[in-house]
Amino acid sequence: MDDFKSIAPFLTILLPAGAGILLVFFPRSQTTPIKVFATLAAALTLALTIVIFSLYDYKEGGYQLTNSYRWLEEPLNINFSFGIDGISAPMVLLTGIVMFAGVLMSWNVERRTKDFFVLFMFMVAGVFGVFVVRDLFFLFFFYELAVLPMFPLIGVWGSSTDFGTFLRTKEYGAMKLTLYLVAGSVLVWIAIIALYVAASDFVAGGGVGEATFSLEALGVLSDNGAFSENFQRLFFPFFMVGFGILAGMWPFHTWSPDGHVAAPTAVSMVHAGVLMKLGAYGIIRVGMTLLPQGAEDWMPVLIALGTVNILYGAVSAMSQRDLKYVIGYSSISHMGLVLIGIATLHPLGVGGAVLQMFSHGIMTALFFATVGIIYEKTHTRDITVLGGLAKRMGITVSFFAVAGMASLGLPGLSGFVAEILIFIGVFKEYLPLGVLAVVGAAITAVYILRLLARAFFGPLDPKWEHLSDGRPIELGAASMLVFVLVFVGIWPLPLMNVINAGVSDLLARFPGA
Amino acid sequence: MTENLHLLLPEFLLASLAITVLAIDLFLPEERKNLLAWVSVAGLAGLLALALVLLWDKDILLYGGLVKADAYSLLFKTIFFVLGGVVILGSADYVKKYLRSPGEFYAIVLFAVLAMSVMASAVELLTAYIALELMSFSFYTLVAYGRNNPKSNEAGVKYILIGAFSSAILLYGISLLYGAVGVTRYAEIETAIAAAMVDTGSVTPTLWIGLALILVGLGFKIAAVPFHMWAPDTYEGAPLPVTAFLSAGSKVAAFALILRLFGQAFLPSIEQWQILVAVLAAITMTVGNVVAIAQHNFKRLLAYSSIGHVGFMLLGIAALSSFGAEALMLYMVGYAITTMAVFVGLIAFFNMTGREEISDLGGLADSHPFIAASIAIGLFSLSGLPFFAGFTIKFYLFTAVATEGLLWLAGLAMFNSLISLYYYLTVVRQMYIEPAPVWAQESALAHNPGSEQGNPGNGSPSILITGVLGVLVLGVIFVGVYPFPLLQAIKAASSALLPAG
Repeated sequence: MDDFKSIAPFLTILLPAGAGILLVFFPRSQTTPIKVFATLAAALTLALTIVIFSLYDYKEGGYQLTNSYRWLEEPLNINFSFGIDGISAPMVLLTGIVMFAGVLMSWNVERRTKDFFVLFMFMVAGVFGVFVVRDLFFLFFFYELAVLPMFPLIGVWGSSTDFGTFLRTKEYGAMKLTLYLVAGSVLVWIAIIALYVAASDFVAGGGVGEATFSLEALGVLSDNGAFSENFQRLFFPFFMVGFGILAGMWPFHTWSPDGHVAAPTAVSMVHAGVLMKLGAYGIIRVGMTLLPQGAEDWMPVLIALGTVNILYGAVSAMSQRDLKYVIGYSSISHMGLVLIGIATLHPLGVGGAVLQMFSHGIMTALFFATVGIIYEKTHTRDITVLGGLAKRMGITVSFFAVAGMASLGLPGLSGFVAEILIFIGVFKEYLPLGVLAVVGAAITAVYILRLLARAFFGPLDPKWEHLSDGRPIELGAASMLVFVLVFVGIWPLPLMNVINAGVSDLLARFPGA
Repeated sequence: MTENLHLLLPEFLLASLAITVLAIDLFLPEERKNLLAWVSVAGLAGLLALALVLLWDKDILLYGGLVKADAYSLLFKTIFFVLGGVVILGSADYVKKYLRSPGEFYAIVLFAVLAMSVMASAVELLTAYIALELMSFSFYTLVAYGRNNPKSNEAGVKYILIGAFSSAILLYGISLLYGAVGVTRYAEIETAIAAAMVDTGSVTPTLWIGLALILVGLGFKIAAVPFHMWAPDTYEGAPLPVTAFLSAGSKVAAFALILRLFGQAFLPSIEQWQILVAVLAAITMTVGNVVAIAQHNFKRLLAYSSIGHVGFMLLGIAALSSFGAEALMLYMVGYAITTMAVFVGLIAFFNMTGREEISDLGGLADSHPFIAASIAIGLFSLSGLPFFAGFTIKFYLFTAVATEGLLWLAGLAMFNSLISLYYYLTVVRQMYIEPAPVWAQESALAHNPGSEQGNPGNGSPSILITGVLGVLVLGVIFVGVYPFPLLQAIKAASSALLPAG
């Protein structure tokens, strides 16, 4: 058991990556064995993430299930070290759930099935990698590894959107997404190297500590004063903006709706559901942990940007006709909630933000899953063309409605718990912005309810008479997500205990807060 | 001194191997000339084994201080022998199909390998110069090898003219340097420069101009901007395997020479030339990467991208320290493997189709998934994405550069990597997303009536080239995820190069 404990986080990388490698050797014409194998691998990974989450002892806190291997010697001192803390444990669980649902939703992929699942598995392995490693080099390594497969996944299996006057092609979406995210990673990279240089200068100048890329060693150096206040002020924005691009931070969010809309269903689910969380996670794990003073100085900017995110995303979502664009912009809006929650530096706000990351991940995955089912049946995502679908696709539509209710913060669903925590945190720290944020959340109610009314309820358009509900496997995937939303909504305690353990470790680094 | 002559045995035997290949060529019938490739590769493998046994753990000056047998020479000897073998195996099909006189082709490739390995071991200016010239002359011939192809001839003429011009500049720089310090051995130059630095805190203007001219002369050889004009035309015109060898081999060899020259002779005056090299690096990578965006010929694109990579490698010279030297050597190895992977993939494609425009690559992922994946992996690696060599080597190099106080330069390099990602992605997009071009669909229909999907060309790549490609791709991944063994060898080489650091 101890052996298993010490490698369990590593297995989350190894399982999908190994499955991806094995899938390469499957014959390409036989799609059913490929799908079955991918589903089994995903189910196993999900089981593993549940085990890891339940193994995490929140009373103890800190990093658990740790292990470390030397990867490179002097002068870089890179360790392949991993472990789970209160913030990454929910993220690992989220990734497991969403990737399993994503694989189930991908049973309808018929074109180059093998390549699709290979790339999908590598993307998931990259995401797990970011959440479980404790070394900046590998964090960055997996961060880029998660982005790399997006380009072919969107470009080959995605769909273009015709706006009448112009066409947003999938190639455009794929290229935009890849370049934006890599541009963000360049900023992160510069800051990581600057951190290392500052650390090695500090150690060379007689400071106590070791110049490595290890998050803990750098954290110790940070406590010992290796990073001067000016240094922190200068380089925190690199992390904030660099990771913020992936988190959909305004004004660098434009890749996100275009990318999510162009992507195939499962990729949208994982991308909006999990990958955007990598950005927020990076800000917390790297920026705030290593540069707390810089973070404190920049938090007012982050909370302002986050508020813009909420309002801008909500208003943009209101004016969209394409179902996926509505969800894409609502993701921007909800990620804004995460950003302002983080920026409060208040235990409730930050805890709410991490819960919101989890809850939004599940909710968006559910959104994209149901829209994927609808699009496959109707071949349109135009709200004005759809109408009365509830009469023919009752289950799918009701699942969509659950996601919508979670997104507008209906009590009893996970979104409510997260939002209320964030709002309390914000009200305590920044009252006026909190009011604006609540307005943004109210707009969510407007566009979600309007969408439900227009596209799904009301009289059935005769041309949709022939429709039937989604396939059992797809509805199964969606109902799993619904279950999680409801479960966390009525009993958030198991999740919150773990999150609070992580958040209190993090906030202990902020003497002022 | 004479008793150590046997340490040069690999070089002597390599020269004899080249002549042997020429001799065998006379007796082989036309259809069995491919045997020469195998003879050359077997010879290289044997010589590599010999070199490893003979030179392991040696650190000796030979020929009265003209060449040195140390870990640095051995590392590069290994790299060049392996590279030569890969180039020969990768070009066997191409030579058979497109080129005449295969015997001379393989012999000249072997001579180039010989020149490269001397370039890395030379510790005296004129020896280094002569080795560089031997390599250049080999490449002049190889570039113009497509005798019936006007482009290849044009490329050859351009390359010879510019090459002769740059050699003259280099030689002029060497003579000025000799005039200033009166010696040509690296160690003695280092002493003289260090003494001058102690006396006056600076170098004399003559010495400085000599240094600058040497940098310019070498800048032409490695195609650093603004001395790069010859490169795109030469790359485009040369036969594909030669372009591959030129962009992987000649660059690495020139940098092996530069690293030793700057590390062992010019290091004391680093403050004088550091900013010069840094600016050269900044211009080179930016121009190379920006201009690459506009290219539609794959070879030209790779030419500009290799100019961009020269800029990255110059970073290692600008940040010359033991860390920087290690990082540069790691970069050279990773770059060479990755470049060869891309080129061998392209050669495999060219062998089937005879085409090399980027637009011709449409639909390749459907018809030849392995070749497409190999090229894509190579391109992702060149752009510095993880799991592949490019990520690790760039991370190492840029960290080294930042550690030497050049964070701005490292940052610029990272943005250049981003630019390069864009044009590499356009190629990946062509292979994976765009449909097959019209000519390919027609040819597929002609060969296989009724087939829906068009295949580029007809037939499949040979087992040989597929195998070479597979090994290269594994190499790219190996360096990317487990560079540890390679770094051990590089650390040994680096400590032989800069013992103090």
